[in-house]
Amino acid sequence: MSDVYIFDALRTPRGRGRKDGALHEVTALRLSALTLNAIAARNGLDGHAVEDVIWGNATQVGEQGGCLARSAVLASELDERIPGLSINRFCASGLEAVNLAASQIRGGAGHGYIAGGVEMMGRVAMGSDGAAIAVDPSLAMQSYFVPQGIAADIIATEYGITRDDADALAMESQRRAARAWDEGRFARSVIPVPDINGLTILDRDEHMRPETDLQSLGALTPAFREMGEAMPGFDQVALMKYPHLERIAHIHHAGNSSGIVDGAAALLIGDKAFGEAHGLTPRARIRASARIGTDPTIMLTGPVPVTERILRESGMEIGDIDLFEVNEAFSAVVLRFMQAFGVEESRVNVNGGAIAMGHPLGATGAILLGTLLDELERSGKSTGLATLCVASGMGVATIIERV
Amino acid sequence: MSDFTLQTGADGVAVISWDTPGKSMNIMSLQGLLDLGALIDTALADSDIRGIVITSGKPGSFAGGMDLNVLAEMRSAGNDPAQGLFDGVMRIHTLLRKIERAGMDAQGKGGKPIAAALPGTALGIGLELPLSCHRIFVADDPRARIGLPEIKVGLFPGAGGTTRLIRKLGAMGAAPYLLEGKLCAPKQAKAAGLVDEICADPLAAARSWVLEASEADLVKPWDRRGYKLPGGAPYSAQGFMTFLGANAMVMGKTKGVYPAAKALLSAVYEGALVPFDTALKIEARWFTSVMLNPSSGAMIRTLFQSKQALEKGANRPDAPDSAVQKLGILGAGMMGAGIALVAAQAGIEVVLLDRSAEAAEKGKSYSASYMDKGIARGKATAEDKAALLGRITASGDYAELRGCDLVIEAVFEDPETKATATREAGARIAQEAVFATNTSTLPVSDLARAFDRPQDYIGIHFFSPVEKMALVEIIKGRETGPRAVAKALDFVRQIRKTPIVVNDARFFYANRCIIPYINEGIRMVGEGVAPALIENAAKLVGMPLGPLQLVDETSIELGVKIARATRAAMGEAYPDGAVDAVLFEMADEGRLGRKAGAGFYAYDDKGKRAGLWDGLTAQYPPEAEQPELLDIQHRLLFIQALEAVRALEAGVLEDIREGDVGAILGWGFAPWSGGPFSWLDMLGTPYAAERCDALSDMHGTRFACPALLREMAARGESFYGRFGAARNAA
Repeated sequence: MSDVYIFDALRTPRGRGRKDGALHEVTALRLSALTLNAIAARNGLDGHAVEDVIWGNATQVGEQGGCLARSAVLASELDERIPGLSINRFCASGLEAVNLAASQIRGGAGHGYIAGGVEMMGRVAMGSDGAAIAVDPSLAMQSYFVPQGIAADIIATEYGITRDDADALAMESQRRAARAWDEGRFARSVIPVPDINGLTILDRDEHMRPETDLQSLGALTPAFREMGEAMPGFDQVALMKYPHLERIAHIHHAGNSSGIVDGAAALLIGDKAFGEAHGLTPRARIRASARIGTDPTIMLTGPVPVTERILRESGMEIGDIDLFEVNEAFSAVVLRFMQAFGVEESRVNVNGGAIAMGHPLGATGAILLGTLLDELERSGKSTGLATLCVASGMGVATIIERV
Repeated sequence: MSDFTLQTGADGVAVISWDTPGKSMNIMSLQGLLDLGALIDTALADSDIRGIVITSGKPGSFAGGMDLNVLAEMRSAGNDPAQGLFDGVMRIHTLLRKIERAGMDAQGKGGKPIAAALPGTALGIGLELPLSCHRIFVADDPRARIGLPEIKVGLFPGAGGTTRLIRKLGAMGAAPYLLEGKLCAPKQAKAAGLVDEICADPLAAARSWVLEASEADLVKPWDRRGYKLPGGAPYSAQGFMTFLGANAMVMGKTKGVYPAAKALLSAVYEGALVPFDTALKIEARWFTSVMLNPSSGAMIRTLFQSKQALEKGANRPDAPDSAVQKLGILGAGMMGAGIALVAAQAGIEVVLLDRSAEAAEKGKSYSASYMDKGIARGKATAEDKAALLGRITASGDYAELRGCDLVIEAVFEDPETKATATREAGARIAQEAVFATNTSTLPVSDLARAFDRPQDYIGIHFFSPVEKMALVEIIKGRETGPRAVAKALDFVRQIRKTPIVVNDARFFYANRCIIPYINEGIRMVGEGVAPALIENAAKLVGMPLGPLQLVDETSIELGVKIARATRAAMGEAYPDGAVDAVLFEMADEGRLGRKAGAGFYAYDDKGKRAGLWDGLTAQYPPEAEQPELLDIQHRLLFIQALEAVRALEAGVLEDIREGDVGAILGWGFAPWSGGPFSWLDMLGTPYAAERCDALSDMHGTRFACPALLREMAARGESFYGRFGAARNAA
């Protein structure tokens, strides 16, 4: 089986996912096409250069529906013979796109792929594509469905993670993101978003609040207490699945949870022959990938078992990994990961994460992998692991090593 | 003679009148459905008939619901119960849909108006049938009850009531009526949209409406183009939140143990996504699944059939009617005051006696403040209050007991005090009067010694609060005669509660079973089981309160008192030392329960429960390795169910129906199970015996398999198989 490499990675800046966010005027189609054009241009990809575009997106409805991947290819400068495949593994869609592309190449289905994703959360609301698991009683009841915020609070309760722990992590995410921008650590990856006339709409992550301190975080009201304790009372459902707990500690709020943003990201994936054909130098090898299903109620603990699995299957130990990107969906997800593996904070999310910069669901997995690769190169380290928790109880992980 | 008759007036309006012979209220039978269908066909086909009014021949009511035998007949109609039920239910849908469409074509043209005229109460299919009509007129009678109570006995409205009400009111609006079985008076029913008009003469009003109705009046909203579910379908922005919340709320409330609640929600959700006729088919499939679920079967048997049989005097000795005319109550404390209230509500004249007139008045004031609350809520009037209070004479003088045909003693739980009160009263009442004690802990046969006619002495054990608790436990002393039993049962019928009749033994039946439940929970605390896990395990298996919360409510002080008395009575054989170690320590620390503001739970300044006391886990640190949920649940249920079996073995219980009804109404034994005997039948006696052995090995001989259960397990018998049939025939 041939080795699969990452040749390039880039992303758009992340705009606030609100009506007054900078990218709110940009369609999902156009942002996707811009991203595809950028990666094709930077790497001199002409004609039928890649086998497919695998495009992650969590809310495939409206402008993000109808196989956005194919529409994006057609709207971009890519050759129409490149088809386009939309996929949905919720928050890990962007990483799963890369993993699928790598597996396709290993399986012999072509030599090069563009993989990534997009999410315009301000334009296509999260959950607006419906979800049987949330509303169909036959599954919602059987699976003890609770929304993600409640699930994150279950993690905190189950693993003894406090509000102070979560707020400290949030503040550190802001601090690290600000430093990374100040020192130009994202310079290689971030492409500006121009309008149709070439005027810049956004060239910097818009969601960051570098002035955040523990006091301002401490003043925020827990976001999921009302729906947990009062109406409709999701805590009761949580306690049915976790009956050894007496009550759920509601520690998460807008400041220690991921930001709602718009954004897109893409990676260029290929084998040795692909690099040679296009005169490209591989930046890293995709060493392993893994995916797993977990308890859907606590839902967001997937990074731990999927990391255990990927390490076991690739014969590695946690100490073999130099740097980690663990998606900051909620503080407790990252804190639980570090607690489970005893990993120091200095090796995890070293340039901040989704709490500071936002979490454009379908794109985030691809963003994490790009950020990880940039930082491995900058710090001269070799091996990194990216992982995300996933709705409905799943986890995805990828290990890369520089070549 | 058919339950339904048709009469056409000179105005061309056909009146179909429902009048089930020999019943005070109409109930629907299989033959009734066929007859109604035939009359509808006739009326729709007859060109001289302009429209139809469906009404009842019973004054004050339309119908009480479906005869549950209909469902049993459907079940056994073919080789496959599922097919029989589904086909049977679909036939009802077809009939009601025929009424709803009333001969109109796809464009809504050519139908005949069909109105329902309800003289009063309309329950179950008694409302589902009107819901299929084009307009519903109800008599202006505040005593009438309108609603769909099916969920309360483990079913859900399966004759289109679910599908129609959801489409009429939306998921949110219909929820109280479908999910809680809420019943309301006509005025509230109209405000909620369950019925259309309230009038003095519903038949006349329906008749004139039929004569004036236009074609457009006949087409239901859901049969029009562009119909949208009120509040939104599941995948609309608004509807999504409703359905998301509904699942969580129902889960939280029912702990997932009631199959009917789940099936109802699925029928609603799946039905909301498809056209009306498909939704009816879906409703029928889920209804069938509930009918086939053993839990629903057990709930129907206990909460409907057995409960009703007991209320109608299934175990009443053959004696002339002896309804109470004048009731004497000794002791105007919490229990006495409550008994006075419910008796006065039933129209019985009451003498409420205490040591002084002031003390008695204080007890009477309980009824006054109860009525005040009712007035504030618009459920009673000042006249109601005056009439009720007029029936209660508060006094400090035993002479007032003259003329009482039943006296209930509810004084302090002390043999001497009770004996004195009994002698004082006994000397003043007539020779035919029956004397009862409301003791909850003292042997009735011993207390009877203070009364010179032990055959007329009986225990009538009320539960607290009297006006809320539906069960009354009647205890026969060794010498209690049939006349006293009949009198007690007649009294319970008068106050509209449900009786069980048991023999005299320590703690009778209810307390005998509930005390071990509490003790098992306390014992687990001492063993290092996480207190939250104990409480949640209990609730997850359908107990309304965890054992620790329950003992806080009933008072730890009382628990200590009972433990001391039991220990004194049993001596060496006393098995609950491990329980007392925890219980007495709590008491020593002043944690005496909710009233003391401290118990296994902490309480805030207002007396509101504020979580388990955090000192509890410091005192009894939870073990690192916690038991499986199912093991805890089995300990908590078996400890009660085995006590019920022993009560049956010992002859304390004479009828397992009373054991099941009493357990659910008396202390809330996992209602989804249908009661302890139904639960053991559901497990199967061989498995139950096996579990006893395992639990007994692991946790002690209090779980030892009773000989009766062992014998039944060996023969593969069920409780209802062995004890049910004979009783039902009686």
